[in-house]
Amino acid sequence: MGIQATRVKEILDSEKFKDIVKKRLTVSLSLTAIMLIVYFGFMLTIAFYKELLALKIGEHITIGLPIGIGVIVFAWLLTGFYTRWANNKYDKAVRELRNEILEK
Amino acid sequence: MGTIETTLGQVNIASIIIFFTFVAITLAITYWAAKKTKTTSEFYAADRNISGFQNGLALSGDYMSAASFLGIAGMVSLKGYDGLIYSIGFLVGWPLVMFLIAEPLRNLGKFTFADVVAFRLKQKPVRIASSVGSLMTIVFYLIAQMVGAGALINILFGLPYELAVVIVGLVMISYVLFGGMLATTWVQIIKAVLLLSGATFLVIMTLASFGMNPISLFEQAAAKYGDAVLSPGGFVTNPWDAISLGLALILGTAGLPHILMRFFTVPDAKQARKSVFIATGFIGYFYILTFIIGFGAMVLVGQDVISSIDKGGNMAALLLAESVGGRFFLGFIAAVAFATILAVVAGLTLSGASTLSHDLYVNVIKKGKTDEAGEVRVARISTLLIGALAIILGLTFKGQNVAFMVGLAFAIAASSNFPSLLLSILWKKFTTKGAVASIITGASLSVILIILSPTVWVDIMGNESAIFPLKNPALISMSAAFLAAFIVSKLTKEQSAEEKFEDEKLRTYLGVGAE
Repeated sequence: MGIQATRVKEILDSEKFKDIVKKRLTVSLSLTAIMLIVYFGFMLTIAFYKELLALKIGEHITIGLPIGIGVIVFAWLLTGFYTRWANNKYDKAVRELRNEILEK
Repeated sequence: MGTIETTLGQVNIASIIIFFTFVAITLAITYWAAKKTKTTSEFYAADRNISGFQNGLALSGDYMSAASFLGIAGMVSLKGYDGLIYSIGFLVGWPLVMFLIAEPLRNLGKFTFADVVAFRLKQKPVRIASSVGSLMTIVFYLIAQMVGAGALINILFGLPYELAVVIVGLVMISYVLFGGMLATTWVQIIKAVLLLSGATFLVIMTLASFGMNPISLFEQAAAKYGDAVLSPGGFVTNPWDAISLGLALILGTAGLPHILMRFFTVPDAKQARKSVFIATGFIGYFYILTFIIGFGAMVLVGQDVISSIDKGGNMAALLLAESVGGRFFLGFIAAVAFATILAVVAGLTLSGASTLSHDLYVNVIKKGKTDEAGEVRVARISTLLIGALAIILGLTFKGQNVAFMVGLAFAIAASSNFPSLLLSILWKKFTTKGAVASIITGASLSVILIILSPTVWVDIMGNESAIFPLKNPALISMSAAFLAAFIVSKLTKEQSAEEKFEDEKLRTYLGVGAE
């Protein structure tokens, strides 16, 4: 799709485009930060407060078991959350802007 | 507890039949794929016709190695909870691949991740540097896989090590050479389905002994081996070690060339995103299964039996399969483990071949001027070279302790490939010299520091104490790579790269002009 240089500049400067980029970066970087905090929180708990994860919630079962499995499930849910956001919100905004570009 | 009888190491007819059926089916697929593999886009990227769901399965097939199946199950069987910590690290990288890399990579690149790094920078220096990082990651990963394959087959079937390495090498070369990405993708999909269903079946048969209740399995394990197996033990003691290994595992995943390459096989960014969601789900599910398998082996087979057959516990899953499902099921799981190695080495070889042909030959030597037929021919020659190299390395490193090479491959991926890829997507003022400095710093520090680390300096070379304290160098090597990128980019201004960054935004965010 060939777009003239002046048009490219126009799109790049448009509020709509800037908004798309901003939202995309905000969502990606916040989700990245959440994942890193959860993961390193887990690892540092193991390094510094091992006994916390050894707390019993049953006769033998420790709280570390649901937490460990929980980190795996959480990571997956986070990818699901992002996919939903991107499919519904992001792609819609991108489609609208692309149509505008094509119409002109 | 006395020893149980095992038929491990004897010729297992079921295993041989299942394995040869797998090879026959995958070679038939290769024959079909070969007819559809004529252009570069077909050879490297299966003509971008793989669906998000298929690619998700193939990504999991590319990622779940025999080492993670047998190794992690074994680690859990001997150490309990600590094995889980390891697998969590391998999984958590995937969401980051999704949030930071997958979509811009798909929109900007063509066949390799170096396409993206070199997109607005000077082709020649960036391609050469990226290829070095890429090839180092692939070679270390390949060595670990080939040596593991030889040793595994030797234990499983009693076949000589050398013969096993050559068979794996030749079958894998046939997939890639003739069927390119299409055949490789289907091998990975079939392998993923086999591995996931085999592991699921093993878990169901194991849990049948515990009233289908995993909690009662864990409780019996604790009753037998003490409560310590259900909580973190000695795996993470030094927090700096924990952070460094964690960084290598999670950000290394986002820098593995054979994984990144798979994102070019789907039609668009939406399918790229979907494939990570699918892959993360399957890989996470698989790690939960291996955790249960490990505990099943601990209780039903017993730690003393597991460690008497292999000190590292690598045979735990197989012993469990034999104990709950008899000789036939052992054969099935063994054949699946073998198939698993084939799928992973095929992905690695294709990725190495694309680096040689697309990045180095076409874009550096020929400066982008080649015809389709010529490039496909060079890609096939490169496949032969990388395949032969894999066989030679497998034979050379026989009997060596190569387990650290997976950690090294992840460290290089995290320190050399990931920083330059991320910055080329996000940072406007990133320059050619900054990229080259970052890649070289990350790759060389990873190698130098791991040699000086306890992993190699003490455990392999037998010195008293290590010169560099951390077991995995990623914390230092990756930070240094980012730092080098910042400092050198600040010192060198590249007007053309900054201008192109703006144009590139349309492609990055909207997919306008993506291939």
